[in-house]
Amino acid sequence: MNEGIGARVLRKEDKRFLIGKGRYTDDIVEQNQAYAAFVRSPHAHAIVKNIDASAAEAMDGVVAVLNGAGLTGDGIGNIICGWAVNSKDGSPMNMGAWSALATDKVRYVGDAVAIVIADDLATARLAAEAVEVDYETLPVVVQSTAALEDGAPQIHENAPNNLIFDWEIGEEAATDAALASAAYTTEMDIVNNRLSPNAMEPRAAIATFNEADDHYTLYTTSQNPHVARLVLSAFYNVAPEHKLRVIAPDVGGGFGSKIYIYPEEIACLWASMKTNRSVKWTSDRTEAFLTDAHGRDHITHAKIGFDKNHKIVGLKVDTKANLGAYMSLFSSAVPTYLYATLLSGQYNIANIHCNVKAVYTNTVPVDAYRGAGRPEASFVMERMMETAAREMGVNPAELRRKNFIQEFPHQTPVIMAYDSGDFAANQDQAIKAADYAGFEARRAEAASRGKLRGIGFSNYIEACGIAPSAAVGSLGAGVGLWESAEVRVNPVGTIEVLTGSHSHGQGHETTFAQIVAERFGLPTENIQIVHGDTDKVQFGMGTYGSRSGAVGMSAIVKAMDKVEAKVKKIGAHVLEASEDDIIIEDGAVKVKGTDKQMLWHEVGLAAYTAHNIPEGMEPGLKETSFYDPSNFTFPAGCYICEVEVDPETGTTEIVQFVASDDFGTIINPMIVEGQVHGGIAQGIGQALLEGVVYDDSGQLLSASYMDYTMPRADDLPSYSVHHQSTECPGNPLGMKGCGEAGAIGSPPAVINAITDAIGNNDLSMPATPAKVWAAIQTAGAKQAAE
Amino acid sequence: MTEVSMTVNGKSVKADVPDNTLLVEFIRENLRLTGTHVGCDTSQCGACVVHMNGKAVKSCATLAVAASGADVTTIEGLANGEMHPMQTAFKENHGLQCGFCTPGMIMTATDMVARYDATGKELTEAVIREELEGNICRCTGYHNIVKAIADGASKMADT
Repeated sequence: MNEGIGARVLRKEDKRFLIGKGRYTDDIVEQNQAYAAFVRSPHAHAIVKNIDASAAEAMDGVVAVLNGAGLTGDGIGNIICGWAVNSKDGSPMNMGAWSALATDKVRYVGDAVAIVIADDLATARLAAEAVEVDYETLPVVVQSTAALEDGAPQIHENAPNNLIFDWEIGEEAATDAALASAAYTTEMDIVNNRLSPNAMEPRAAIATFNEADDHYTLYTTSQNPHVARLVLSAFYNVAPEHKLRVIAPDVGGGFGSKIYIYPEEIACLWASMKTNRSVKWTSDRTEAFLTDAHGRDHITHAKIGFDKNHKIVGLKVDTKANLGAYMSLFSSAVPTYLYATLLSGQYNIANIHCNVKAVYTNTVPVDAYRGAGRPEASFVMERMMETAAREMGVNPAELRRKNFIQEFPHQTPVIMAYDSGDFAANQDQAIKAADYAGFEARRAEAASRGKLRGIGFSNYIEACGIAPSAAVGSLGAGVGLWESAEVRVNPVGTIEVLTGSHSHGQGHETTFAQIVAERFGLPTENIQIVHGDTDKVQFGMGTYGSRSGAVGMSAIVKAMDKVEAKVKKIGAHVLEASEDDIIIEDGAVKVKGTDKQMLWHEVGLAAYTAHNIPEGMEPGLKETSFYDPSNFTFPAGCYICEVEVDPETGTTEIVQFVASDDFGTIINPMIVEGQVHGGIAQGIGQALLEGVVYDDSGQLLSASYMDYTMPRADDLPSYSVHHQSTECPGNPLGMKGCGEAGAIGSPPAVINAITDAIGNNDLSMPATPAKVWAAIQTAGAKQAAE
Repeated sequence: MTEVSMTVNGKSVKADVPDNTLLVEFIRENLRLTGTHVGCDTSQCGACVVHMNGKAVKSCATLAVAASGADVTTIEGLANGEMHPMQTAFKENHGLQCGFCTPGMIMTATDMVARYDATGKELTEAVIREELEGNICRCTGYHNIVKAIADGASKMADT
């Protein structure tokens, strides 16, 4: 059976999940384990005047109640944002202090004030309730535009008017001139609604301080355990790296929310040292809504101009990005380098300017959530293109096609150099799969049933595998964005691949094994993927930004190159042939054109016994690579959504959703399709159902599954997923990445379809039945007036 | 504290637990059967679904004392040596990604198939989607879960 590149290999990791033997952080029990509960602020903005823990401390089973004064007194550092973004005047961003446990002020509902450690969870929670905190409440602001107004409540002293930075990209004067000369312009106000990531496994941590070795172990729900260790060590001074082991075992989904190092992990590690107990904390769902970094929350005004032939001449975008109460780890990069750099879309645009103001508010920090900046960019671009087409009276697919970039590499005016793509081919494939030609007949048929049928396009492009490290460093990144891999061939010929990528649903144990199987002609069952433990894997940058294929697998390929070179030398030596004549296939090392061969396990054994290897060669067969890509990769595609709206109720049903994606080389189509399905579901969720709601006092109204509408099976259609790939020239496998595309491409397709159906373009996400119904009434009233 | 005794996955179990102990806590913490998960606090997500006396229940919304004397099956007890046909169907249809919702999905799915089988009603795609109302998955977009349940239903009919 072919298990190599392109094969639909069933997942190696499935069995343990299917039989209930997955090992998630909360499933683990340490000896001498105590439980943590956090005392959290019920106010969105307040001065902490006093913390009285005496009643809690007196309770049976309470081990300790610890607060921010103790934490900072022990030298635990503030939580930082790891990407420095300067304002357009050159001044550095205004990063406010964020202590894992608040000392002077609380700045959002859920801000942690103290940690209670008890022998059991119920006692910890009761004791947390018994801690009396004296707050002096302060005025609150939750919306970015309001936070920028004069007289708004000031959240951090060093950020006047709550402005974190005022950043720009592109040439403003040239863009203004281009727009002034345009034959047609379209202007829109566009809101990208705030979302909660909602990985199904809530965050959790178990921290253990071992007094005897002066050593810490942290089990945590992390997408990047090595980055967690680095940051915990270098910035938060919890422990030096060699005295801290971080393990991310099975992790139940991430979507960005498990990239960051949160206050809870820091507090648990510190509390473990203070109490000499293992300290376990598991978030409940409401705590997750209150404290997991949210996503999106952009308020944008955009203007696009076309010449008389409908070619784009310029695009100007102004965005306010709500970053919440504190700057989370990558929060500054999301609305800047991951957003504005994609505003050229799939189109040839000579002049682009984007201004972004990042703003503090009294809400939970906002950071990367599946797509991170790119969904916001594609929503702006694709809503603008669809709307412009309608205003100019041209076909929206044709308008896009007329403006497609057709030659590669293509340098946009906003940093990105697209390396490959065939946007027309993706559009052709999607149009065919969606039977676009038959749409008007379907619309008429729906009308006969009293339904409003609409169709919407989205031609997205995104950037994955952020790199190279030197380039992102020059843009302010505090880390490198390479990946590492180690390929160990054992004496019996089986292989372990240690990777710095982390799988939390992506199926790395299968796809990573497939590329090894392909290379050496071995069955995937002989290959084990090891990840998620800083004691096992030397280093790694983790999994986010659809980087595990393009960057993580490339590192494996580079390590395999080295293994192959050594294997060929051993083969040539043992088989007494020239190295040039050695080939590796079907699990054997062969001399070309002869029947001389060594089986794969014989090579392993030869390397480890070292009885007969070339003179001067080191024994063993284990190679490492650190791979730093030369460029981002650029997945792109065309999504077409078709909806039916019930005009009586405003209810939208998605009757067809077609995706045509260009992901470059695909290792396992089954897994790639699964990634697309999940991404589209999250995008449809954003478009129709999901929205974080804070009231004016900063209370989170959408803090449970009773209040935040998660997409369920009967809200969603089956998807029609297709591929039309061009190879990525930037990495050895030609991969582009597929993890986020669905969430990036789908929201504009859905909203474009609904607005097409109802004949009113003024519709914000989530397009709930109430909003759609109201928009239908407005459209009807306008039509009647005309 | 109250003594509860029940049969879990065919074994008799007994323990003294605080009165407010949830069935899911009893299963996870007392019995250390950690395949049953907790994904929310409001009985919405279905990661905690187990079978109690042959019917799917949310073990996060059931007190352990309420299960006293009951016959409980968790994900660990579903297979009998080999994987249950529904487990196989989830694997073959790529009906899981991170795996966290999966035990609850499978326990809901087997219950669903049994109920529809008993009444002779057809388990169409639309019905499966409606019946999954109480189970949330964030990874798969449900496409392959729906396929897996349809496939699992026919596999169960064949065994």
